[in-house]
Formats: sequence, C-alpha cells, structure tokens
Amino acid sequence: MGAIARALANSITTGGVVQASAINNTSVSSVTALPSGVDTGDLVLISSQTASSSASIEFTSGLDSTYDSYVFKFINCHPQNDGRYLKFQFSTDGGSTYTVNMTTTFFNAIHSEDDTSYALLQYETGLDVAQSYPADLIGSVGNDNDENLCGTFQLFNPSSTTFVKHFISRISSSHDFPMANDNFVAGYANTTSAINGIKFNFHTGNIDAGTISLYGVKKS
Amino acid sequence: MGSLTRKFANNFTTGGVYKPAAITNNSLANITDIPAAAKGKLTLISSQTASASASISFTSGIDSTYPIYRFEFINMHPATDNADLTFQGSTNGGSSYGITTTSTYFETRHSENDSVAQLAYNTGFDLAQSTSYIRGSGSITNQNDSGLSGVLTIFNPSSTIFVKHFICEINKMFNFSGSFESTHSLSAGYLNTTSSINAFDFKMDTGNIDDGTIYMYGIGA
Repeated sequence: MGAIARALANSITTGGVVQASAINNTSVSSVTALPSGVDTGDLVLISSQTASSSASIEFTSGLDSTYDSYVFKFINCHPQNDGRYLKFQFSTDGGSTYTVNMTTTFFNAIHSEDDTSYALLQYETGLDVAQSYPADLIGSVGNDNDENLCGTFQLFNPSSTTFVKHFISRISSSHDFPMANDNFVAGYANTTSAINGIKFNFHTGNIDAGTISLYGVKKS
Repeated sequence: MGSLTRKFANNFTTGGVYKPAAITNNSLANITDIPAAAKGKLTLISSQTASASASISFTSGIDSTYPIYRFEFINMHPATDNADLTFQGSTNGGSSYGITTTSTYFETRHSENDSVAQLAYNTGFDLAQSTSYIRGSGSITNQNDSGLSGVLTIFNPSSTIFVKHFICEINKMFNFSGSFESTHSLSAGYLNTTSSINAFDFKMDTGNIDDGTIYMYGIGA
C-alpha cells in the first residue's frame, strides 16, 4: 500500500466514516447555504446596501413584523461634500413618501485633534426635531479621503399599530473641523401606523461611499 | 491505477487529508449544527411578555454560558401614569433582589412643542451603595400609544472576581405639564458584589407592567 493510501486509510474509521481530522477546509469556502435547521445566531442580516455617489439609501423591504427589533449598521459612510449632516426619515407606505413626524433628542461629545479647541459634552438644540422630519443622526462629517462615520441605529417594533416607534442611535463621526464626534440620538416616530420604509441621506450632496446593513433581532 | 482512483487520490494531501476542492456539497444538507465560532454572536435565551404583571423575572439562563447578556425592552407600557422602569439583580436565583449598587443616570429630553430641550444628570435617580431598585428610566406616560423601548447590557454576571457592570439605554415618552416629550434615559454602573448574579427582576416603581415584552439574549465573546 502506498504512503498516501495508507494515510488515507488512517483518516477513515473502521466503519468507513471520514474522521474530522481528515478535512482541512476550515472555511468550507464552497458552501452557499446551510439547512434551515442550523442555528446560525439570532442577529440576522436582512439586506445591505453600498453607496456609490448615491443621493440616498432607502430600505423599503424587510421592515415588518418578522422581528421586534431592527438594527442598522453604518460602515464608513463618506459624504461627497464637506461638512454634511446625515439625516433619516420614515415611511408608512413602502417608501412612496417619507412624512412621519418625529420628536428626537440629540447630544454629543466632541474632542478636537489639537486637544485644545474642543473637549465637551453638549445638547444640540439645532439638531433635534419636534414633531417634524427628517431628523439628524450626526453633526457635520468631513469629506477628506479618510473621513467617514460608523455606528448603529436601532428601531423597535416598527410594525406596531398600537405604539409610537422608539429608536436609539449612536454614531462616531470624523468632524470636518477636525475632531472626533460621538453622536447620541433617540426619539420616537409619532405614529401608530406600521413603519415599512426608511431613508438615509446627507442634507446636501451624495453619499459618496459606505455601506448600511439592516439586521433583524430574532424573537423566537 | 485506474483514472477514477487516480483522481480520487489527487484530492488528498500526502498526509491523507481532503483538499478543499474535494468537497463539492454546496448545501451540506446533512449539517445540523455549526461551530460556535461560526455563529452570530447574539443568541435568544428566553422572552417574557407582561400582562398586567407586577414584575418580570428572569431566574434561569443567566450563568457562565455567555460573557455578556442583553435584555431588549419592546413597548413596555405602565398601568400607572408616570411610573419608572426599574430593575435589580439576585445572587440566589431570584429568592431576593437587592444587590448593593452604585450607578449614574442622565437623560436628554425634548418636547413635541419644542419648549423643553436639555441634557441633564439626575441626582435623584442614581444610586450610591444602595440596595434599592436601579432606575432604567424616568417617568413614562401611560397613554395608549406610549411606553418605552431600549436595551440593558450586563457584563459577565457569573464572575466571582469582579463587580458586575451594566449599561442601560432607553427611549420613552413622558407627559410634562401637558406636553408629550421624548426622553432618552442613560444609566450605567455596577452591582457591587463578587458573587455570581443569576437572576434579574424588572418592575415599575409603582403599579403593574401593563404590556410589553422583554427578550434576553446571550452574546458570545
């Protein structure tokens, strides 16, 4: 028996079953799907969109009663123009219109790269909204090549027809000043209609690059 | 050596191990589980829905399985107007709740009529080595469409070395002198014990939890 054949034989049990040590593909790179019964975790990626000089990014599907909690993650969103504010607004008609009133709070912690100009925590009365739309998610973000924003936005029970829709967001952005900007936004969409669409855009100019991913948090 | 045997042999290393190209099953239909490292880091442990409930307690599932536990509050609605959501931990499986705690509490408020817009620390809602229930939120109006939603994260509750840190972030609706407002409540701190915490209790500071669901998730490291 040749060496390889002998080694191969050693990788098989006496019952003819291949032993785990005989498979060295730790990534199983060819796998494209797993059986539905496999537990892959309870934060489920629903969809993802990548901007490419996009006026806005809209999610008009996937927001329904499947989950009680939805999480958006912003990865390296970069504005085309300097000093832009990321805004969002909700739809109850699948994205035909975005006219849901919100009341939000906005505070941030900022610290400048020079360590002297800014180091403070503040409520931003110019960046909250009272029974209006759209609402801001961050203060100004710069458009230098390495400037961008990353963070999380969580929306609770958007399909409810009983309650207003609460949301909480925290995003770190590189301000055009330049400085670090830790943005905290929360509030509610003041409607008892189901929300089934959301739009993100800068207040002017395009989203030059970046990805926004939508996840559902399993409830069973 | 026949051609089939030769091809078969070419799918193995000299050590007798399958090469990646030797496996072509794209669906792996017989798999029933995958390694923990390949799973999403969030795992639903249990959930409870209030129905005029005095409290909601989680007395199982909090152990050393996960280093982080996350509670998600969905549309918690108080029976009594201006009730606050509170919580406490237990080291005896829920027989008693009252672990000495030191915590911070601050909130932002913004009214629908734009008359209130502020960020403030609330010294009445923090704790200093107290066994009282910890405030997750301030007052919640009990009008039909009101309530709160948010997240409480507990770090390494099973540790027998460290105090138990928590971070709580909630958004709620409040009725301030006839004007509704959005309030973003942020509290954090530590339950000052080196005993394992194995249960948590949630309740309003007055009256029942009329409605709402709390989900408990474990987060893998």
